[in-house]
Amino acid sequence: MTKSIMLVGVGGQGTILASKLLTTGLMEAGYDVKMSEIHGMSQRGGSVSSQVRYGDKVQAPVIEIGGADILVSFEIMEALRMLEYLKPDGKVIVNDYKIPSAPILSGKVDYPEGIMDTLKASAHTIVINAAEIAKEVGNPRTMNIVLLGALIKAMKLTDINWEKIINDNVKPAFVEVNIKALKAGMDAIK
Amino acid sequence: MKKLLTGNEAIARGAYEAGVRFASAYPGTPSTEILENIALYNEDIKAEWATNEKVALEAVIGASFAGARSIAAMKHVGVNVAADPLFTDAYIGVNGGLVLVSADEPGTHSSQNEQDNRNYAKFAKIPMFEPGDSQEAKDMLKVAFDLSEQYDTPVLYRVTTRLCHSKGIVECQDRKEVEIKEYVKNVDKNIPVPANAKKLRVKVEERQGKLAEYSETTPLNYMEIKGTKIGVVASGCCYAFAKEVFGDDASYLKLGFTNPYPHKMMKEFASKVDKLYVIEENDPIIENELKMLGIECTGKDVFPYMGEMTPDVIRKSVYGKYLDSIEYDKSMVVPRPPGLCAGCPHRGFFYEIGKRKDAIISGDIGCYTLGFAPPYNAMDMSMCMGASLSMAHGGQQVLNMKEGNTKRFVGVLGDSTFFHSGINSLLDAVYNKGNSINIILDNRITGMTGHQENPGSGYTLQGDSTEIVNIEAVVKAFGVKNVRVINPNDLQEVKETLDWAFGLDELSVIITRWPCVLKKLSKEDKEEFSGVFKGKLKIDSAKCIGCKKCTTIGCPAISFDKEAKKAVIDSATCVGCGVCAQVCPVNAMEKEAK
Repeated sequence: MTKSIMLVGVGGQGTILASKLLTTGLMEAGYDVKMSEIHGMSQRGGSVSSQVRYGDKVQAPVIEIGGADILVSFEIMEALRMLEYLKPDGKVIVNDYKIPSAPILSGKVDYPEGIMDTLKASAHTIVINAAEIAKEVGNPRTMNIVLLGALIKAMKLTDINWEKIINDNVKPAFVEVNIKALKAGMDAIK
Repeated sequence: MKKLLTGNEAIARGAYEAGVRFASAYPGTPSTEILENIALYNEDIKAEWATNEKVALEAVIGASFAGARSIAAMKHVGVNVAADPLFTDAYIGVNGGLVLVSADEPGTHSSQNEQDNRNYAKFAKIPMFEPGDSQEAKDMLKVAFDLSEQYDTPVLYRVTTRLCHSKGIVECQDRKEVEIKEYVKNVDKNIPVPANAKKLRVKVEERQGKLAEYSETTPLNYMEIKGTKIGVVASGCCYAFAKEVFGDDASYLKLGFTNPYPHKMMKEFASKVDKLYVIEENDPIIENELKMLGIECTGKDVFPYMGEMTPDVIRKSVYGKYLDSIEYDKSMVVPRPPGLCAGCPHRGFFYEIGKRKDAIISGDIGCYTLGFAPPYNAMDMSMCMGASLSMAHGGQQVLNMKEGNTKRFVGVLGDSTFFHSGINSLLDAVYNKGNSINIILDNRITGMTGHQENPGSGYTLQGDSTEIVNIEAVVKAFGVKNVRVINPNDLQEVKETLDWAFGLDELSVIITRWPCVLKKLSKEDKEEFSGVFKGKLKIDSAKCIGCKKCTTIGCPAISFDKEAKKAVIDSATCVGCGVCAQVCPVNAMEKEAK
């Protein structure tokens, strides 16, 4: 059975490294894996998404509307933007973190109120303050790895040797803090 | 050895394994990473950034003449630029195998159009391959090189964004060394004067006939016969997309080699199923082929002409609805358009020129195309690489005919776009005694596609130090008398220089010179731009009068706190370019304490 994971956020938040570690781990665990990203203009502060699919044999690298088992959003508003991709019984892991977009920064419109309530009312939603957790483990930039940890726990993928995956793919100076961040992210999911 | 590779990485690996020795490309989404990855095999392959796609393909044709397996890569619109050599090389053929990768963009994710380059294979009468995933992207390239040499033809290797930027597991092999073939002089074959071209023209048709036979027998085209109710014909990524929707119960005709099409196989497949769907992105090319054979099929009558044929699009077209999904009020989500980065050197220029009412601005292809958007609204038109300066010239020639005209045409492009083909546009304007205003935004790198070296940056694709082409000297050598080089972060200098150019009746060139904020600065950059991006700014809220002037520069580091009625600079985002401080009427910006 193919599982589908959607990671969404804003350019520069580290979704690409998170999905790279995730797909590498899944491959080493023996799954067939496909992953799709759209780059280009989205890098200039736009919305970004990585779609990851794994199972015995994966066909398409993309997730259908209504096809994701889990939606991991690195930013609150992005979760709502992409919610239509979630299965009705799917889970949302949302980072309690706001990044105002250009129309909001200029003061033309406000950051929308009540997104978290809408999310919670619409889907099984788990809220994580990854920025806070990342700061606690010692490096605010590991927010993406905290969220990866939460995802791994929620998808019951904790048996994979993630420490090895981080060791093989992250610069030596950052291995330790990333492993700490990953564990802290896992612990954030009950 | 198994690796998780994107389609682009897999094509690079395929080139390595196929014994390729020379590769050239001009960067363009979604093709850019093909050459970046080929460049990593620097002991075996000479990989270069060309100045444009035509030059890339011509260099590759030269390398093929000299006997080496060679590859060019470009985005779909790049093939338009390279079409001239492509169509004639289709007559002449190859010595070493030659493959042109065309990376198309169904869905228009990062391009100005959505053209279907499968048409080029038909148009130029050359064979085409369409891999559907990373494994095929690597493996089929090796077949493509063998076929190129066997049938004496350039090959079009057609991929799409979804293949280029998707990862899959790839079983890798070792490189097969292919000797550089002997060059043998043969003017009857290699010089297409009309007498020769007429003979070569016959050869092209004969080759197409032979390739039609190949198409029937190659294992790249195959039938998967399961149920007889539904049959699907698909090539490239569409095969996997269709499988998600129609599943393993349907039958499939999977096409990997697609010019010419395997007519016999298509007829046989159609005879085995009740209902035949054609799943293809953009143009109805397979569909027309089937209909020409008298085969009834369902294609563009239910599927869209535009966009990607992702599983949800197929499902909606065939069954009338998507999978069940969550209903919610999407209207509360605010758009997140891309914008110029904090510290982008284009900001100061667009802020100033956006204020002028006497400018018609023709833009170009790069990050700076975003100058069209609010708050700058500083671009009137954009077309293709290099067009800014030529359009400005033509436009100005017509403005000059109008009595009492008060407007000027201003062409705006980047350094890499200038080297691409804008250099020709400027030459044309000078030669024809034009009087347009020409702006070259020199940010010392090819920015939009993710920082590729270019003739102005001082380094090659494979990291060698090289000649730095001096844009100012080039422009002067063309005969332009009015040339100024300015710092775009200095608003007063930008304004004064624009006033100067608008006051001239002659052609002028303004070069704004400051590195891209995301660029990894070279040794030369560090020497030239000392103090660049040092010292973040903050706003003294006691001084801020809440006038919002600083929000009009469109910097993502600046926001307006509505409750406090004060502007705020996000310290994590600010790089200290200082543009905001120059628009603040009360000098509320100050350097952040270290």
